[in-house]
Parts: sequence; structure tokens; C-alpha cells
Amino acid sequence: MTEKLVVDVAVIGGGTAACAAAVALREAGLTVAVLEKRLCGAGASGVNFGGVRQQGRHLAELPLARRARALWDDLNRTLGEDVEFEVSGHIKLARSEADMAELERYAESARAHGLDLTLLGANAIRDELPWLGANVVGASLSPTDGQANPRVVGPAYARLARRLGAEIREFAPVRHAASTGDGFEIEAEGVSTKSRWLVNAAGAGAGLVASWFGECAPVSPLTPNMLVTEPLPYFVSRSIGVCGGDIYVRQIHRGNVIFGGGRGWGDAECGLARPSTEGSLGGMARAIDIVPALAGAHVIRTWSGMDGQMPDHIPVIGFSSTTPQLVHAFGFSGHGFQLGPVIGPIIAELITGGRSTSPLTPFAIERFAGWTETGSWSGGEH
Amino acid sequence: MADRVVVIGAGPAGLRATEALVRGGLRPILIDEAERPGGQIYRQPPPGASRPAKTLYGFEARKAAALHAIPGRLGEAIDYRPRTLVWNVFERRLDTIGPAGHGAVAFDKLIIASGAMDRVLPFPGWTLPGVFTLGGAQIALKAQGVSIGCRVAFVGAGPLLPLIAHQYAKAGAEIAAVLDVTPFFAKLQNAHLMLAEVRTLAKGFWYVARNSASGLTVRSDVRAFGVEGEKRVRALWWRDPAGREHRVACDAVGASFGLRSETQLADLAGCTFTFDTTARQWLPERDLAGRSSASGIYLAGDGAGIGGADVAELQGERAALALLDDLGRSIDRSRMAEVDRKLARQARFRSALEDAYPYPAHLLDDIADDEIICRCEGITAGTLRATASERDAHEMNRLKAFTRIGMGRCQGRVCGHAAAEILARARGGDIAAVGRLRGNPPIKPVPIAGLP
Repeated sequence: MTEKLVVDVAVIGGGTAACAAAVALREAGLTVAVLEKRLCGAGASGVNFGGVRQQGRHLAELPLARRARALWDDLNRTLGEDVEFEVSGHIKLARSEADMAELERYAESARAHGLDLTLLGANAIRDELPWLGANVVGASLSPTDGQANPRVVGPAYARLARRLGAEIREFAPVRHAASTGDGFEIEAEGVSTKSRWLVNAAGAGAGLVASWFGECAPVSPLTPNMLVTEPLPYFVSRSIGVCGGDIYVRQIHRGNVIFGGGRGWGDAECGLARPSTEGSLGGMARAIDIVPALAGAHVIRTWSGMDGQMPDHIPVIGFSSTTPQLVHAFGFSGHGFQLGPVIGPIIAELITGGRSTSPLTPFAIERFAGWTETGSWSGGEH
Repeated sequence: MADRVVVIGAGPAGLRATEALVRGGLRPILIDEAERPGGQIYRQPPPGASRPAKTLYGFEARKAAALHAIPGRLGEAIDYRPRTLVWNVFERRLDTIGPAGHGAVAFDKLIIASGAMDRVLPFPGWTLPGVFTLGGAQIALKAQGVSIGCRVAFVGAGPLLPLIAHQYAKAGAEIAAVLDVTPFFAKLQNAHLMLAEVRTLAKGFWYVARNSASGLTVRSDVRAFGVEGEKRVRALWWRDPAGREHRVACDAVGASFGLRSETQLADLAGCTFTFDTTARQWLPERDLAGRSSASGIYLAGDGAGIGGADVAELQGERAALALLDDLGRSIDRSRMAEVDRKLARQARFRSALEDAYPYPAHLLDDIADDEIICRCEGITAGTLRATASERDAHEMNRLKAFTRIGMGRCQGRVCGHAAAEILARARGGDIAAVGRLRGNPPIKPVPIAGLP
């Protein structure tokens, strides 16, 4: 029998941003239903690298990332469980003089956003991390960045939302949603929902949801290829990235080294992802280039998952351009984990006050109006 | 282009499959992890450490020798790649690591004969140095010619138990105790059904009789037991059906509870799985000929459901015949019918054997909260139970995500079974409802060294 829900806000998707929105909306006194196709926090929110990183982001994202970073300090208390957040610092490596020049330029721009980065030359980076590979010529250190366990953050938000009274429905894929003029009707497996507001936080599926409202959102599937080694003596004391983004490495205190880079295999239609051999072998090769000591280690598991990626690698966050009371928050393009906690309050601000205290103009969906596959965009890793 | 046919596993099933493929006019690639053919049951000592087959394999010496000879006899008619691990299957490609490092093998048809390993259940003291699985204890003896201890005790729930006790006694080890956690009456009740396979049954009784003659009594229906010791095994205690507690000194214990199929490759290959209530394991579906649900993928031997070595030989040949038939090659249909008849008879015996050694569910009912279930990650039964209720982990992948169970070197091959049983009990008892761990490559740890 189909369950019927009537709520103030319906949220399509059950990732960290969606569940954080449910929490913030409940705190604002609104009734909320979260409709998740599988399990909350088990999609891109749960299978990512676990980087809590401000450094290296698109400058437009920095105000959001700065605001999110403050939330991470209190996240264990907010959620009532340990998300294994550790301020290990994040080091971005330069493997060429051109990389180093890029890091210098970025450090200057970031300072304007209040993010202090420390540039390290070849000698300084070797003093800091003597085990780095010979191809490293310098680095930029963000001491306030860190890492956390992605598998627990999203589900913890979902449980908090449920404790606060949100209706969380898992294994409830949304088949269709439509505007009724003064609200929405959302048909999901086993659940029919009427709501005044609708939040599209459907990740890789968000383009389809947007299309139901006549909006163009060129979301493509992004399937990061992740690997983890057997436990090794602890030595990777910082979370490590590189200019170009083709390899990233961190180690948890119990010894496993987690790394990624390259792409897994994905079937957008079915929402299936799995690691690829090219991604895994390529990732291993690039990992030992920057951390040669890993050459003696074994990889015990590889995995992938599916995120939604935008052509310009920054998300869509804000009001729909076609439909009143529809809010989008998707397309985090492989780096939404750190932002997740702040997307909730931002969505709640939009719904309760009509605007956010964070600058959202760069994330407007309007930027894709008239988008064609051949449109020219300057991509890059953020 | 010639059909690219690959057989994974050089145990009884894989070897017979390979032989039948060659007979059918193909030149298959045979990939095996071990250095020498035989699988686990007929595992050979490393080169240069040979001992007489009769000593190593007893009644089965002739079978073992016949299987061992297959790759050598076939010679250039096959492409035999020992010491090679297939760590992934995806879209008609195998990823391998072997003597030449990482590699890939493309295939059109694949026979997976991946075998089985011991089913491990936790008990007090199971992580102490000196505790082995029964299979591990047997391999130590067969492959390395060493005993796991001087004064050894065995605990189990399967036909392997009296056999290993016999092998150890013959090898000169002092046997402290042999404990069967299943009731003896189940064996009596099913003996008449097992008569379908008289020779095997006779061998079983022979081992029991020999053991008795050597003063080795198998104590049935053991209700609870545990291993004691500080840094290593010192003693084994158990409670008999009357509730009396017994204790013997020993320095090593072999303990495991039946076998579990190594199904990871079938999983990665996309085969459909169903829950088998007898094996209490998710198994890949296969028809009587060994065809899986995935096109071009065939399953043979214990890797897709436990049947034992003799059944594995037949299933290997049968899967090869099905494969050849599917390729449109001519096959010996009378031989195929004969194999089918033999398999049907074996199935009756197997079913009785399974009833004779029922799953020792009672061992999982009262595991203490502080007992370690996952050795790799140090996860206790209490943590699993608390996570199941407080964090609403209702199925295995959630339990894994929240606790790290199954995220260590074994990737759940050792701990996954017990974790599922504990989760099922914590969530109302239905083992099938808690699902199974999603398979990810590599199926076993893969060294980063050896990249192309």
C-alpha cells in the first residue's frame, strides 16, 4: 500500500547535504520528508575519500567551505557520534615549477577569503615529510584542513534528522515529481508526498529531477576510483593532494592508507559504479610516485561510487529558475563531503528567509540555460 | 578467432574441467594460485619436499596422483599458469598477479572452480596463537610436513574432523581431544541415506574406527568449549550434553565448522546469488550442468556450494561439457549422461551428510559481548550488537560501514559469516534478511609492487 505524506518540505536524495537540510529545516520548525532511493549516506556521501579540505577549491566555493569548516569542529557533538574528524592539515604537492607557481597564486587568492596557506619549498617540504617521492618540488600546507570517515557522517545526519522528527524513507526512489501551482506532488516507490517546498539533492540523478521542471542541468556521473591498503605503521601524517588532482592519499591512525585518483566504471542509467582496473593500477602507480614507501604494501580493497559532476566542476545551489519553491543542491563534482554540513543550513535559509547569508550567485542553475554538449567550459580540478 | 576459454583453479573441479576441454578440442588457460596442482584437498608439498602420496592422501592417493598428473600430461595442449591469483573479473577480462607481476587475461568463456575454505566461528580463545582451522592444520601437515603442535586438540562439525585426527595421530602427534559440536544421533539417523555412497561412508567409519583403536574418542554433541592460555594455547575446556565441564592440556587447537564456498569471483562476474539455508551462505545460482546466471560463466566444485572432492571432479567435467556444448562443439553425450547420473547419486549422499552434520547454530547464540569477531579490525560481538540496535544497522553493508567489520585483510571471508549470524540474531533472527557483503576487488590482498 502506498504511504501518503504531507509535509512542508520534501527532499529528493538522502546524502549528507539532504539529511543536513532535513536537520536544519526541522530546527526551523518545518515538517520534512527525505526520499532516498537506497540508504541514506551510502551514495557519493559515503564512498568518497573523506577529505575535509578547503585548500584548492574553486574560489567561489571558499566562503561555503570556510563556513562548513567551523561546523566540522562541533560535528561530533552535533551528531552525537564520532565521525573521526581529525585536523591533520592538507598538503597540496607541486610536481613542477608550473605547479608551484599555481600554488603561489592560489595562496594569495585564498588569503582574501581568510584561508591561510603556508608555501613550502623543496627543502621545507622534505623536512616536513621526508618520505615524499623525488618528483615533489614544493607544496602548500593548509593546517586547518583534515579528514573524517565518510561512511558515518551521512547516516549520522539521517538519524539526527529522524530524532528531530523528519520522515526518512529509504529504498524509496522517486519516480516523478510535479508542481501543483502552490506546491508539489512527489511519487516515490511506496510513498506519495505532497509538499509546499521541494529540494532537489538527488546527486547524479539531479539532472533528471531538474528536467521534470523544464530546467537544464548537465549532470554527468563521476565515479572516483578508491583504494585502501592493509594497515601500515602510521606515517602519512597529513592528507595529501597534488596539483592536477590525479592522486590523493591519507592514512588513518589504525594504519590503512586510503588513496584515490582516476575513474571507476559507472552505469548512470542503473546508478551502478565499480572500480576499474585502469583506475586501480594507475592509482597505485601514481601513489608510489609521491609515496614510494607504499610500493611494499598490499591493496586490500578498491571501490567506487557515483557523484554528480557539473561541466564547470562547481555545484548548483539555489532556487530553480522555472519553478517557485523548488531549491537545487547537487553537482558537487567529487568534492562535496566537506561542504555537506553547511548545505543544510543554506537550504533552510533559502526556504525560511528567501536568501542565504552565503554568496550563492556562482552556483545558480541559470548558468546552464541554453547549455549544449558542445558548450565551452574551462574545467579543472577543484 | 579461437574461443578463449579460461579455467580458474587447479583443484579436482578445475583439473577435470581442463582435461575435458582439451578432449573437446580447446586449448584452455588454467590459472591457479598454488605452485603445484591439486587444490586444497590434494595439496602437494613444495618441489623438493615430496613424500609418498599414500602417506599424504591415504585412501585418496590414486585420485590425487591422477589429478596431479593432468597438467603435465596435457603439456602444451593447455596454457597452465600456476602461482597466479585472479583478483578481479569484469566484462570478459580477468586481472591477475603472478610471477611476472600484474597482468590481464581476456576470455569468452570462464569456468570458476575457486574451491572452499574453512568456516570459522568465534569461540573463547579463538584468536590465541596456536589455534588453527582444521583445513589449516591439515595443510600444515600435507604441504609442509609439520604438526601445529605436540599435543593437539581438534574441534569441528564436519566429516573432516575424524580424518584430521587420524592423520595427525598417524603423523605422531599426541591427540589431546577430538570434539564434535554436532549430535551423534544425527549421524545414525542419516547413515542409511549415506549408504548411497557406500565407499565414502565406509572410509568415514574406518577413520572413526581407527581413531577409536588408537584410543581416540570423538566426543559428540559438545555444547560449549573454549581455549585457554595467555600468550598461546595452554588448554581446551568443553561442556558435555550433561553439563559437565572437562579440561585437557594442549599446545595447539584445530577448530572450524564445515566449509564455506569461495564465491567472490562469481560475485564480481555478476552471477545471481541466492541464500542457501543448509549451507547458511549466499551461493551463486547454477544449473545442474554448472551454468551460472551470467552468460559465459560456469561454476564447478566447492566454490559454488560444498559437495566434496569427488563431486567436484564430476562437476568440473560436466561444466566443461556444457561449455563445449554451448560453443556448438560435438561432445560425448553418453558420457554426459553418465556424469549426470553420478552427480545425482552424490547429491543424495551429500544431503544426508549435511543432515548428519547440522549447522552448529548454538555456538553463535551465546557469544560474549567482549569476544572479538573481526580479528583484522578488532571488532567485538558487543560492538556489532550495539551498532545493530543503536545505529540501526539492519544489513551487512551498513554494519560494515559503521563498524569496519569485513574491512580488513580478509574482506569478510573469515569474519563475515559470524558477523551475519550475530547481526541476524540482533535484528530478529532472519539470516537471509541481513544480506551479504558487497564484493569488491581484489578478492585477496594484491601487492602494489609488480605494476606493469
